Amino acid sequence: MIPEKKIIDRVALDKLYESLKAAGNKMFAPVFRNEQTNFEYNPAATEISYSHIQTTQSVKNTVFPKIENLFRFESSQKSVELVQIDFTKVPRVIVWNAHPCDAAAFSALDSVFNWDYVDEIYNARREKLVVIGMSCIRADENCFCTSVDLGPGAVKGSDILLTPLANGKFIAEILTDLGKSIADENASLFTASNGENKEEVLAKVEKQFSHEKVTENLKNGFENSFWHEFSLRCIGCGACAYVCPICTCFDIQDESKAGKGRRLRCWDSCGFGMFTLHTSGHNPREVQSQRWRQRLMHKFSYQPDRNEFIGCVGCGRCSRACPVDMNILEQLVELEKLEIAAK
Amino acid sequence: MSPSNIYVPYLMEIETITEEAPEVRTFRLKFKNQEEGENFKFSAGQFAEYSVMGGGESTFCIASAPTRKGYLECTFRKTGRVTNALSKLEVGDTVGLRGPYGNVFPIEEWEGKNLLYIAGGIALPPMRCVIWNTIDKREKYKDITIVYGARTVNDLVYKNELKEWEERPDINLITTVDPGGQTPDWKGEVGFVPTIVDKVAPNAENTIAIVCGPPIMIKFTFPVLKKLGFSDENIFTTLENRMKCGFGKCGRCNVGKYYVCKDGPVFTLSELNKMPAEY
Amino acid sequence: MDNLRKKAKELLESKSVDLVIGYENGTNGKARAVFIKDPEKTGKLIYDERCKQNLAVYLNKHEVKHYGRIAIVAPLMVMRSILVLISECQVKQENITVLGIGNDGSFLDFQSMEVVEKYISKIPLGNPEPDQVIIDKLNAMTMEERREFWQNELERCFKCYACRAACPMCYCLRCTVECNQPQWISAPAHPLGNLEWHQLRTMHLTGRCVSCGDCGRACPLNIPIHLLTMQQAEEAFHMFGVRAGTSMKADSALSTYKPDDKENFIL
Ligand SMILES: Cc1cc2nc3c(=O)[nH]c(=O)nc-3n(C[C@H](O)[C@H](O)[C@H](O)COP(=O)(O)OP(=O)(O)OC[C@H]3O[C@@H](n4cnc5c(N)ncnc54)[C@H](O)[C@@H]3O)c2cc1C
Ligand code: SF4
Ligand code: SF4
Ligand code: SF4
Ligand code: SF4
Ligand code: FES
Repeated sequence: MIPEKKIIDRVALDKLYESLKAAGNKMFAPVFRNEQTNFEYNPAATEISYSHIQTTQSVKNTVFPKIENLFRFESSQKSVELVQIDFTKVPRVIVWNAHPCDAAAFSALDSVFNWDYVDEIYNARREKLVVIGMSCIRADENCFCTSVDLGPGAVKGSDILLTPLANGKFIAEILTDLGKSIADENASLFTASNGENKEEVLAKVEKQFSHEKVTENLKNGFENSFWHEFSLRCIGCGACAYVCPICTCFDIQDESKAGKGRRLRCWDSCGFGMFTLHTSGHNPREVQSQRWRQRLMHKFSYQPDRNEFIGCVGCGRCSRACPVDMNILEQLVELEKLEIAAK
Repeated sequence: MSPSNIYVPYLMEIETITEEAPEVRTFRLKFKNQEEGENFKFSAGQFAEYSVMGGGESTFCIASAPTRKGYLECTFRKTGRVTNALSKLEVGDTVGLRGPYGNVFPIEEWEGKNLLYIAGGIALPPMRCVIWNTIDKREKYKDITIVYGARTVNDLVYKNELKEWEERPDINLITTVDPGGQTPDWKGEVGFVPTIVDKVAPNAENTIAIVCGPPIMIKFTFPVLKKLGFSDENIFTTLENRMKCGFGKCGRCNVGKYYVCKDGPVFTLSELNKMPAEY
Repeated sequence: MDNLRKKAKELLESKSVDLVIGYENGTNGKARAVFIKDPEKTGKLIYDERCKQNLAVYLNKHEVKHYGRIAIVAPLMVMRSILVLISECQVKQENITVLGIGNDGSFLDFQSMEVVEKYISKIPLGNPEPDQVIIDKLNAMTMEERREFWQNELERCFKCYACRAACPMCYCLRCTVECNQPQWISAPAHPLGNLEWHQLRTMHLTGRCVSCGDCGRACPLNIPIHLLTMQQAEEAFHMFGVRAGTSMKADSALSTYKPDDKENFIL
C-alpha cells in the first residue's frame, strides 16, 4: 500500500493505546523498572516510557519466547499420548513504541524460522503481531543502525511508525494494511499532516563502518589472530545473545512429572561452552575465541551469505549488556580495517 | 493424528531390540499410525531425532535401508541422558521420531563404480543403511569392499550381518580389531583401520570411498586414501555435529556457513576442505 | 599508577611473567580488563574507582591460563579470590604474581603470596557496607516477605549465566545446572528452575564467596544476585569463624571439618 502520513497528539496517543488494549489486544510496551527499561505486557498508558534510548531486552520474545511449549505428552505403562498445543489461539500482540532497529529485526527472524522448514509455531505468533514503531530522537554511543542499512527513522518492519515532534505531537506513518486498519478504526484520534518533516528531529547516528567490507573481510578471516586478541576478555555468558533481537539459538528440553509433561524449546547461546560439546567430550568449539568468532561470523558472514540478511540491526544492546565491555561496534570497526590476505 | 508442527514426532512402537555389543542396541521401530509409515520416505545417509517422552531427543542416523520397507531401525550407544532413557525401554514401548533430515549419499551417481566402505566402531550404523541399499541393488555396482574395525572383537556391531556379508561371494568384507583387542579364535585382521586400508590397498580407479568413524580414524584414513590415488571428490564421510532441531533453526550444528543438519551430514572430502575445521 | 606500570614492564621485560592482566580504559568511559604481553604496552594499565571487575576470573580461563606465568593487578577482592583458587588447586602459586592495589588505590609490591596472606590478615573483612545494609533489611523481614522479594527478583532471570561467568569461584566445567544425569535442575528459565538454580549456586559458594559483588554487577537485568552469596559469606563466618580467601590452605568452611564446629543448625 502507499504509505500515509497523519498527526497524533500525546493525549490521543494514550487513547489509542487504551483503546487497542480495551479491544483485547495484548499490548507490549516499555516500562522503566529496576533501574532499566524493558517491554512488559499490558502496562497502564501512564507507565509507558517514551524517554529511554533503548530497552535492555529486545522484543523478540513476542514471537520467540524464552520458553515455548512445543507439545504436551501423557505417558503411562505402554501408551503415549501426544497433546497438541493450539497455536491458532495465541492472542494478537501489539508491540508498542519499539525503535526502528527492533521493528526491522523481525524480518531477520522471519527468515530464520522460514528458510527451508517452516516453523508453524513462530509463524502463528508472528501473524498475530502488530508493530507500532517509534523513531529515535536520541541515540547513544552504542547505536549503529546507520551502519547496517537502517536508521533512527527507518520504516522497515513497522505497521505504523511514530516520530515525536518538538511540539509534543507525533507524525504517524501508516505503512501497512494492518497499520491502516488500526488507523481507520481510530480515525478520530488522528489529524491530517501538514508537511511535517521527520528528518529534522531524528537522532544523528553517524555511519561507523561499511558492513559490506566487514563481510568481505570475514570471508577469509576465520583463522585471523583477531579473534583470540579481541575475545580474551569475554567470559562466555549468554547476556549478549539473550538481549539481542536477532539471536535465535535454542535448546530443546523435556519436562515431566509422573509421565505427564511437555517438550519445550528455550533460549540458548552459541557463547556457552557446552553448546557444541559432544557426549564423547569432543568439542568443535573448545575455547571462547571460537565461540565469539561464531557469533560475529554468523551475523556478518554466514547469514548475509546464506539468508541474505545481516544478523544485526545495530541496536547496541549486546554492548550495553556485556559485563566486561566487549563492544561489538568497536570490534566491527576493527574488522573493517583488518588487513586480511585473500586465501 | 498427524503432526501439526515440525517439532511433533511420529509415535513408533519398538518391535525388536537387538544387543549388538556392550551398551550398543538396535531398535526396530514400527509406525503406530500405518498411514504415516506409508508416507515416510527417506534415503541412505539421512538421520532422525529419536525421543523418549520426558527423556529428551537425540540424533541417530536411520540404520535400515530404504529398500527394506515396513520398519525403521536405529542403533545407538548408551552414553548420555537420552540414550540412557532409550536403553530402559522394552519391546512394545513407544519412541518418538522426527525426520528424516539431512542430505543423502548420492548412490545413483555411484552406479557402475566400485564401492569401498570404511567404518570404525559404532560408526557402522550410519553406513549400514547405504551398504544394504547398494547391496539390494547389487547389479548396479561393481566391486563392493567393506573394511570394518572396532576396538575389540566384542565391540563389533551387527555380528549377524557381518556373517552374512562374509559369506556372500559378491562382497569383500575385511574386519579388523585394534591390537590387543583380538580373541584367540579371531580370524580377521589385527591393526588400526587406516593401517589395514593401506595393507589391503584397494584400487582407486573408478572407486568411491565412504569413510565413517571416530574423528581420529577419519583423520588418519584420508591420507592413506589420498596415497592410494583417491580424489577428494570420491571420498565421502559424515559429520556428527551436535544437533537439536535437525532442520536449520537452532543454530547448533553449523560448520562455517554450512548446517550439518541441512547441508550434511554427508560431505565429500573436497567439500570439507572448503569448510573451516570446526567439527 | 606509575609504579604499577613500571613493575608490570619490568616483569615482562625480564620474562619473569608471560602475561599481565590489568585494567585499561574501555569504551564509553568504562574501565575493562586488558591482557598485556608486550612490555611497551604496559602504559595502558590504569587503576581507579571504575576498576570493579574481579579479574581473578580470568586465571581459570583456558586461553589465559595457556600463557603460563601471570602477573595480575589485584585489589583486595582479587587477592582473596587468588587465595581461594590456590587453596582449591585451580591455579599454581608459583605461576601468579600479585600486583597489589591497596584500599587507597596505591600500588603494593608483594614479594610473595605469603606476604599477601599477611596483608589480608591485617584488614577487616566483610561485605561492602551498602550491600550489608540491604542484607540486614532482608534478614529483618519475615520468611514470607523474603521469599516474595526473591521470587520477584528471580522471576526476571533469563539464565544468561553472566553471574556465574563473572565469578572466579564458579569455575566448574559442568555446573549442576548442566548435569543431566540425573537432571537436578530444570534448564529453562522459568521461576521454579531459576529459584532452584540460584539456591544451588548460593550453597556452592557458601564459604567461598569473597564478597566482590561481581555476580550482581554482571547481571544485565539488575538482579542483586550477589546478596545471596554475600549473606552466606557472613553466615559462614559467624558459624565457623573463617572467611574465604584469607589463606592458601584449604580451610573453606564447608569443605573442612573441625571437632569444635558448631552443629546447632543440624536438626
Ligand atoms: C547426524 C548424526 C547421526 C548420528 N548417528 C548416531 C547413531 O547412529 N548412533 C549413535 O549411537 N549415535 C549417533 N550420533 C551421535 C548421537 O547423537 C549422540 O551420541 C547422542 O545424541 C548422545 O545422546 P545423549 O542424549 O544420550 O547424550 P547427552 O550427553 O545427554 O546429550 C544430550 C544432547 O546432546 C546432543 N549430543 C551429544 N553428543 C552428540 C554427538 N556426538 N553428536 C550429536 N549430538 C550430540 C544430543 O542432541 C542430545 O540431545 C549421531 C549424531 C549425528 C549428529
Ligand atoms: S548483535 Fe548486538 S547490536 Fe547487533 S542486533 Fe544483536 S544486540 Fe543489537
Ligand atoms: S561478549 Fe560479553 S555478554 Fe557476550 S558472552 Fe562475552 S562476556 Fe558475555
Ligand atoms: S560476590 Fe559473587 S562473584 Fe564475587 S565471589 Fe561472591 S559469588 Fe562470586
Ligand atoms: S546474570 Fe542475572 S539474568 Fe543472568 S543468570 Fe545471573 S541472575 Fe539470571
Ligand atoms: S541441528 Fe538445529 S540448526 Fe542444525
